[in-house]
Amino acid sequence: MTTPVLFDIPGPRARTRIRIATIVGALVVLAIVAFVLVRLGGNGQLEGQRWAVLFDPNSNVPQRLIEALGRTLRVALVAMVVATVLGLLLAVARLSDRRWVRLPVATVIEFFRAIPLLVVIFALYFVLPGFGVRLSTYAALATGLVLYNMAVIAEIVRAGILSVDRGQRDAAFAVGMRKSQVMSLVLLPQAVRRMLPILIAQLVVLLKDSSLGFIIGYFELLRQARSLVEYFTPRYGNDYTFQLYVAAGLMYIIVNVLLSQLAKYVERRTRRNAKAAGTTEVALPADTPALTGNNSGL
Amino acid sequence: MQFFIDNFPLLRDAFLTTLSLSLLSGLLALVLGTLLAAMRVSPIVPLRGLATFYVETFRNTPLTVVFFFIIFGLPQIDFVVGFFTGAVLSVGLYTAAFVAEALRSGINAVGPGQAEAARALGLTFGQSLREIVLPQAFRTVVPPLGNVWIAMVKNTSIAAGFATTELAAMLPRLSNANAGELTLILLAVVVGYMFITVPSAYAIHRTERRVAILR
Repeated sequence: MTTPVLFDIPGPRARTRIRIATIVGALVVLAIVAFVLVRLGGNGQLEGQRWAVLFDPNSNVPQRLIEALGRTLRVALVAMVVATVLGLLLAVARLSDRRWVRLPVATVIEFFRAIPLLVVIFALYFVLPGFGVRLSTYAALATGLVLYNMAVIAEIVRAGILSVDRGQRDAAFAVGMRKSQVMSLVLLPQAVRRMLPILIAQLVVLLKDSSLGFIIGYFELLRQARSLVEYFTPRYGNDYTFQLYVAAGLMYIIVNVLLSQLAKYVERRTRRNAKAAGTTEVALPADTPALTGNNSGL
Repeated sequence: MQFFIDNFPLLRDAFLTTLSLSLLSGLLALVLGTLLAAMRVSPIVPLRGLATFYVETFRNTPLTVVFFFIIFGLPQIDFVVGFFTGAVLSVGLYTAAFVAEALRSGINAVGPGQAEAARALGLTFGQSLREIVLPQAFRTVVPPLGNVWIAMVKNTSIAAGFATTELAAMLPRLSNANAGELTLILLAVVVGYMFITVPSAYAIHRTERRVAILR
């Protein structure tokens, strides 16, 4: 979305100026691209044969990268499912009428939202063994992703539930539903529907965060690329290093872009389908503490 | 406890590393992000395209991948950066995309009447942006920008995986300690991050209330 009000429909002189600026701008962009290409070309990074290794099954590289992509998706998918389920439960629990349910749940949610995900993963991987629990890199990564994201998802869902118009709740009680029925039949479905785009955006964040597995040595895409490089370097020097890194990075980006597009598509659909009308216009509630800062997809 | 006291200088240095890493990359992100946001609303198509491309790419790239490229990838094309500089660049470049998005939503939230009035007074694009729109936009974006800052502070922990000894790196580094000692270190690390995020959250809240424009 641009803001056309920021500039008038340009007159002849402004048009010339804009045209000149456009040409200059295009030249700047071209210069950047050219600089990168020259730099790459100067290092011989653009030679076809150096890239061919990525697609040559005999080199075993494509298979390894696909497997690594599989491992990335596996840990992300498992974490997505578990985190969503737990997030829904926690959201409902945090809205409980009983203080002894509400307070501990709120504490858990705020705690995991406030500390960096990598610290959670490190705690699972380095501190827990001291207490006799030894997790594999996969388990540590998956658990870390679940703990952090369930807290974030719980807040998203809670905001969704709170955004459902009061009348829906009152009406449900009036027709004689029990508290659990009101929540599961009336409030949750509307909340989830309304929050679906934000929810999917959070799942994109989860997928992005699965790359943290690199740091504790889970063999996802980056770690795989690194290990391939370590295998190739003694044999062929640095001939394929850059190419492998680019391949691993690009695979991450492509998967993320696809998932983001899905989020955008869902958002457009929900907006068009504004029948989810029993909801009032709220973003995340104002009491979402800034302390955690993660509604931005960072 | 003795273990904790022995390692206190290490922890303190790690905390200071996290703090300076946050401040430097925050500055980089703010400057670059503002520039990108201005480019995205400008009438010059190639610049708009460039900024959009930048923001969309970085938003869909895991920060670990950015680190990976800057620390391991850049040397392949003969740019060698130190680990700390690399961390500042990675976090800064990555966060700039989010700053730009936050600012752009702020710019869009400034009433069209403001920009129209600025235009009617004969201010140029640059003037109306500088004098009228951005000052208001910066006010409305205090909360989202604050969120970006706090998320960024937490994100600096990823530097631990790329040879910067900041707070999170204390855990693998001291992982040979026994369970009780390591739990204490974990606690110290968590408190260290809170040392930055809690006052920030408070300051953001205060600033938000002070500069809020009531419409």
